[in-house]
Amino acid sequence: MSTVERPPAPVLPLYEPAKIPGGAPSKVDPPPGADLITVNFGPNHPSTHGVLRLIVTLDGEVVVGLDADIGYVHTGFEKNFEQKTYWKGIPYSPRMDYVAFFANELAYVGAVEKLIEIDVPPRAQWIRMLFAELNRIHSHLIYLGTSAVEMGALSVFFYCLRERDSVLDLFEMATGVRMHDRYPQFGGVAEDLPKGFYAECRRFLAEMPKRIDEYLDLLAGNPVWKSRYQGIGTIDAETAIAMGLSGPNLRGSGVPYDIRRAEPYLAYDRVQFDVITRDKGDAYDRFMCRTLEMYESVKIVEQCLDSMPSGPVMSDNRKYVLPPRHELHTSMESLIHHFKLVTEGFRAPPGQLYHPIESPRGEFGCYLVSDGGTKPWRIHFRAPSFVSLQSTAMMSVNRYVGDMIVVVGSLDGVMGEADR
Amino acid sequence: MTTDELAAAVTKAVPESVTAHEDGLDMPTLTVAAAKLVEVATYLRDTHGKNFLSAVSAVDHLGYGDDVAGYFGTERGRDVNSPGSWGTPMTVAAPAKRFAVRYHLAHVGDGPTDRVRLQVWLDDGEEVPTVVGVWPTADWHEREQYDLMGIVFTGHPNLKRLIMPTDWAGHPLRKDYPIGGEPVQFTDAI
Repeated sequence: MSTVERPPAPVLPLYEPAKIPGGAPSKVDPPPGADLITVNFGPNHPSTHGVLRLIVTLDGEVVVGLDADIGYVHTGFEKNFEQKTYWKGIPYSPRMDYVAFFANELAYVGAVEKLIEIDVPPRAQWIRMLFAELNRIHSHLIYLGTSAVEMGALSVFFYCLRERDSVLDLFEMATGVRMHDRYPQFGGVAEDLPKGFYAECRRFLAEMPKRIDEYLDLLAGNPVWKSRYQGIGTIDAETAIAMGLSGPNLRGSGVPYDIRRAEPYLAYDRVQFDVITRDKGDAYDRFMCRTLEMYESVKIVEQCLDSMPSGPVMSDNRKYVLPPRHELHTSMESLIHHFKLVTEGFRAPPGQLYHPIESPRGEFGCYLVSDGGTKPWRIHFRAPSFVSLQSTAMMSVNRYVGDMIVVVGSLDGVMGEADR
Repeated sequence: MTTDELAAAVTKAVPESVTAHEDGLDMPTLTVAAAKLVEVATYLRDTHGKNFLSAVSAVDHLGYGDDVAGYFGTERGRDVNSPGSWGTPMTVAAPAKRFAVRYHLAHVGDGPTDRVRLQVWLDDGEEVPTVVGVWPTADWHEREQYDLMGIVFTGHPNLKRLIMPTDWAGHPLRKDYPIGGEPVQFTDAI
């Protein structure tokens, strides 16, 4: 089979936002006067991971202007949270970033727990950490599968979904549902791990590193993959920080910023793992960061299984925590607590706080304002997809339109989270 | 660096900028005069390494604390995990103005994250200068807050709606925005 030589990318200066005074950093205006065509790309397009609209100005096949537009799946999550008591907000949170559902729940639950200063038992922390890492594997598998299918590598998509199913089986085993589990709750997790979970989880952990080897064998050295990914969507460390990138997008540019390491929450200061970085900052490095991070997540889950302490999984502070179901039949006091928590909810002390965690996509922060009532006064989520999609324009411009697909895929945006 | 030292350093570099400061539950919080915001932001970025803007969050305080009369809650610092310590009645501090715009800053690179929050109080109709020139990532953050909360960021290069449709009326996250009863959009398109 003869290989088709791809024409080299046009020699145009790299776009540098700082050198365009007065321009918006997330938008590139096309040069005036040229013979250009403006194309509406999306919002419904299979390669935009949801409903992302890109207004692209093309000079032949080269992108010379780009403006990204989001908001097509805005469902008013933040307004909804203001109408719900704290407990009733938990099922809302995973539905924002439906791929990293567990991370969203952790951010919301963690913020409220910080505000009401409730103690979470150690075992619950470790169980949360276990599922947070399983969720990270799940999210990175979806990234890998979808970005591969955009390059035409359909089989990788099916391999990734096969492993994703194993992860979701584990979620189903412990939480009863495959996604959107409402498993972490204020004061702990809903239930302890079921019988047989350890064995099932160990079976998965034994399998998973071999599967990641397989993906790397398929893609990392593949000349087609490398020619599509290397040198595409390059962003240097300084610009990446200025544009607010976080997570694997930032680590791909060589900045070892990981909240699990910088501000350890749960029990991340008690497990061993490496923060994966690469230094070129292109789509290939972001791909490598995510794929290699799956090995680290497997390592963390193994350590969770090995050194998870025993004990309760839920706080016994009945002013905030739902009583166990069986007590409702025998204890009047439990019935009263249950009734109060479900109808009126608990009152959180007034104050404001920002609680960041490392979601698979980067820094996911929950900013919470309470006026002392039973509902959040204001809640605002710092969504990493929302922030990273700002860089689409500067990464795509002066490249082929086909490379724009790679850029959008490599940023790993989830529109449900970006729009909220 | 304690909050007091930070506030003193900022006041020394940019006079009459910090009007109040507190430790906060999570990070030092400096209240900044809107006119001095960009100077303070530039100073914090260049001298204190706050190179990372996590989020811009606007809060509407219309009616803040009205529904919590008779609040039997908690005094900050009590141990909620020992039963029976329900604290004393307390009232909520009245907000300085209706809106607060809060900037969550962090240091990314060597050393600790050292988060800091800047807050600017605004009345309805008052504007706050943009910080896009200091942290380019503020572009969409500010557009989002303009769109949903109606805060105008003076000097923003592309201040238009980002999330709601471009012809939408009103700013949905304001407390006086009606919940339910608003006209259903796009019905004429059927």
